[in-house]
Amino acid sequence: VPALPVPEREVTVSTFTSLLVWLPIGAALVVWALPLSRYATGALAVLVSLVEVGIWIEQATRFDFDRHGLQFEQHHSWISDLGVSYHLGEYGFSLWLVGLTVVAMAACIGYGFWVGRDRARAYFGLMLFLTGATVGVFVAQDLLLFYAFFEGMLIPLYVLVGVWGGPGRLGATVKFLIYTMAGSLLMLAALIVYGLKVGTFDLVDGPTSPSRWIFLGFMLAFVIKAPLFPFHGWLPDAYREAPPEVTAVLSGVIAKAGTYGMLRIAIAKFPEPTSYYRTLMLTLAALALVYGSLLAFRSPTLRGVVAYSSLAQSGLIALGLFSGTNLGYDGAVLQMVAHGLVSTALFLIAGTVERRTTTDQFSLLGGMAKGRPALATLLMTVGIISLAVPGSASFAGEFLILAGAFQRHWWWAAIGAGAIVLAAMYMLRAISAVLHEARGSTVTDAALDLRPGELALIVPLVAALLFLSAWPAGVSHHAFAGDNPTQVVKGQFR
Amino acid sequence: VTIHTPHVDWFAISTILALLGASFVALLAAVLVPRAIRRPFAAVVSLLGFAGGVVTSIWLYVDSATPHAAISGTFERDRWTALAQLVICGIGFVTTLVGWEHIASGSDDHIAEFFSLLTASAAGMAFFVGSANLMVMFLSLEWFSIALYVMCAIDYDIEGSLEAGLKYLIIGSFGSAALLFGCALVYGSTNRIDFTGIAAAVGSHGLTGDALLVLGLAMIIAGLGFQSSSAPFHMWTPDVYEGAPTTVTAFMSAATKVAAFALAFRLLRTAFPQEEHLWSWAFAGIAVASLAIGNFAALVQRNVKRMLAYSSISHAGFILIGLSAGSTLGGRALMYYLIVYSAMAFGSFAVLAARERELGAPVTLDNLAGFGWERPFLGVAMWFFLFGFAGLPVGGGFVAKFYVLSAAYDHGWTWLVIVGVIATLVSLYYYLAVVRAMYMRPSEELRVAAVGGGAPAAEPFLHVAVAAALVVSVGSLFAVGPLIDLAKHATSALPF
Repeated sequence: VPALPVPEREVTVSTFTSLLVWLPIGAALVVWALPLSRYATGALAVLVSLVEVGIWIEQATRFDFDRHGLQFEQHHSWISDLGVSYHLGEYGFSLWLVGLTVVAMAACIGYGFWVGRDRARAYFGLMLFLTGATVGVFVAQDLLLFYAFFEGMLIPLYVLVGVWGGPGRLGATVKFLIYTMAGSLLMLAALIVYGLKVGTFDLVDGPTSPSRWIFLGFMLAFVIKAPLFPFHGWLPDAYREAPPEVTAVLSGVIAKAGTYGMLRIAIAKFPEPTSYYRTLMLTLAALALVYGSLLAFRSPTLRGVVAYSSLAQSGLIALGLFSGTNLGYDGAVLQMVAHGLVSTALFLIAGTVERRTTTDQFSLLGGMAKGRPALATLLMTVGIISLAVPGSASFAGEFLILAGAFQRHWWWAAIGAGAIVLAAMYMLRAISAVLHEARGSTVTDAALDLRPGELALIVPLVAALLFLSAWPAGVSHHAFAGDNPTQVVKGQFR
Repeated sequence: VTIHTPHVDWFAISTILALLGASFVALLAAVLVPRAIRRPFAAVVSLLGFAGGVVTSIWLYVDSATPHAAISGTFERDRWTALAQLVICGIGFVTTLVGWEHIASGSDDHIAEFFSLLTASAAGMAFFVGSANLMVMFLSLEWFSIALYVMCAIDYDIEGSLEAGLKYLIIGSFGSAALLFGCALVYGSTNRIDFTGIAAAVGSHGLTGDALLVLGLAMIIAGLGFQSSSAPFHMWTPDVYEGAPTTVTAFMSAATKVAAFALAFRLLRTAFPQEEHLWSWAFAGIAVASLAIGNFAALVQRNVKRMLAYSSISHAGFILIGLSAGSTLGGRALMYYLIVYSAMAFGSFAVLAARERELGAPVTLDNLAGFGWERPFLGVAMWFFLFGFAGLPVGGGFVAKFYVLSAAYDHGWTWLVIVGVIATLVSLYYYLAVVRAMYMRPSEELRVAAVGGGAPAAEPFLHVAVAAALVVSVGSLFAVGPLIDLAKHATSALPF
């Protein structure tokens, strides 16, 4: 049968990339400026976040996954005399991360609407601003622009945690900000040195650099953001004190900016330093994986388990990236998306549990499965996916990463496989402590099952996860052009 | 005997004339205009003066593509002068708006004198930035300083206002004396007082490294350090900024810095290009000292005005990084930084003025609690200024830092980039402390009550002024290209 001629679709939707960034930021300004009611503000924010998802779907259907190089590109001069430009565009893997961002943000904004956050205009404005800045990180193709968005994410997060967070929020925000800014300011120094040395700040045109110092400057920002052991000091406080939907964003999406940066900038632009520091980075990744899993197993709270498991997962993703193999890269991208969805869903579920019982302490929880089938089913499903049961999206991701790490050396894979056993232990412990065992003292009959509004937020995330579980290649084979990641990375994605 | 009067290019000094005219009319108003309408009358005169200054300096900018000395070589008519004058007039305009509602709000006794002094000091600054010889430089420095001394003390109902004026007078005089002494030494060494003549004399007589000249240069740098409140010449800054009426603080923190740094760059590039290796190191040292002292001292302040005073010292440090690079890139960075910084500094002090009036007490981190929610516009504006100060990408403050650090790297000083980055990190702590106080601590908890308990006074002019500062500080992020082009053309007027 002769293949049908594929109509050559003219890609005219480049402006969509800018729109994805500026629509939510513009909406944030509208929300701040107009004296809308709480309900109208929330509704507008949810609407905008759904439009974002729509735009992304439109982009994804038009994306040519076989084509090399940047797509949906936009290029304008910004600071011309230093070679800084407003340059946006997407690659396969960045498309998936943008998708993760808009979907997770839509769920989290919806959650904020559902629970009726007070000071609605400020809150939803900040959430929208955060959406725009985070999408910006994944599509920016200029170092300074990337940096601006990377920092831009911090500002709303700082206020979101500081205003709507728990009792220890002030300390948590200071720690969070100082940690992450320490990393990103050194990145600023590194990017100035890199950009002025090579004469351009453009990520596509910029050549590779052999400088180990610059590489370390960038990496420090990324390992703090991801985070990896031992740079995770901010994580427990921030994840505990933030409102649940903000924690979901932090671990599901923001953390991925760190691992994305490793792939897009550190590994692609600094091949020589990458291989020089490979063992160090793999060691840090493995440490994060094992240490995070152990902490998760010891954590007395539901959020703590998910928080430390995020640390472990960041380690796993970094393990895949720094293995420098085809399988490792594919697996890392898949795992970024899968874990982003898993951890968003888990933190939102933790939020619903907290709303019903006022706590996420295991000692006060238990027996929630009885009479609450929807909650039990969702927590169980996400938990099972999260512990990488064969057939799940996480399993596919972890398997690819471990296979890639194995190609580097068998012991990395051995460490990773050991940590997966730990993952099963901590996740099953958490599930049973919340759903099963004796009924906890805070679990009353008044604690209802998930309401339709909550289901509407969490079920789509779970559905996306199930879809990825059925077809992990949807992401892993569509992340790098020609499905040959090492060559693509070596060619700096051009 | 015929006396040859020099040809005067009146257009070259039109900005100064506009401001002086306004000053004169405002001073007359103090005696002639009835008290009931004295405040609006004087304020409008001042606004007109500054608007005129804005127009003439724009015109001068457009019309001075080829730099040349005017009035027997005492005044430099070029784009560097015009751009600095434009910024100064802009600051003066918004200062007038705030002053209208805030200066001596209890009585109208000295209101016209205040506006007269304000326009006069701006005129002095406009003259200062264009001065082309040591004599004019010193005279115009005294001109605007004396006006500022009085402005600091004008609201003698406020506790500390007189003290601030006196402190500023004494320490400022010390700075002026250092500058004057330096000028004398340079003259003694080179026998010239015009900037270009000094450079020429140094070149033709092989005076590079001459002890007298170097000592003179050092004294001049110290004198300018006093004016720009750079460490270690900053001791007066926190006290004066704290004690002066907040409107005056806002004006000083923005305009004085613009004048001092714009002139410093011109002086060093024009008169002392052969000594660049000396002054670039000296300024790098002063920059590091300012960054260290400004930032670390700000960390422990509870009084927000004092904190911002220390923050202005640390920003002097950043500006000095651009200055010490001494290159065209450094000049661009300097001008861009000054534009953005003066908008943020002015705006943040104006917001404090509103809060101060509402409380009837000095603003501290404690009584700022809940401010962001009570006064949403001023709160958000303050939020933008503070994040901008910290170099986060919500405004031009981010690009300004990027520029000065780039200039430092371009000069080959990677270490200075690292110092700047670390200083920024430290500064985050105290800027965020203000945001934290405004938004994250409920005011009910701290029982802060406004004076009289009623709604805060409507301050439309202050809001307009803050909005203007906000537009400049945020807009400069998006309009980097045009602003840098302005600065680039201004810088090209100087010899490199």
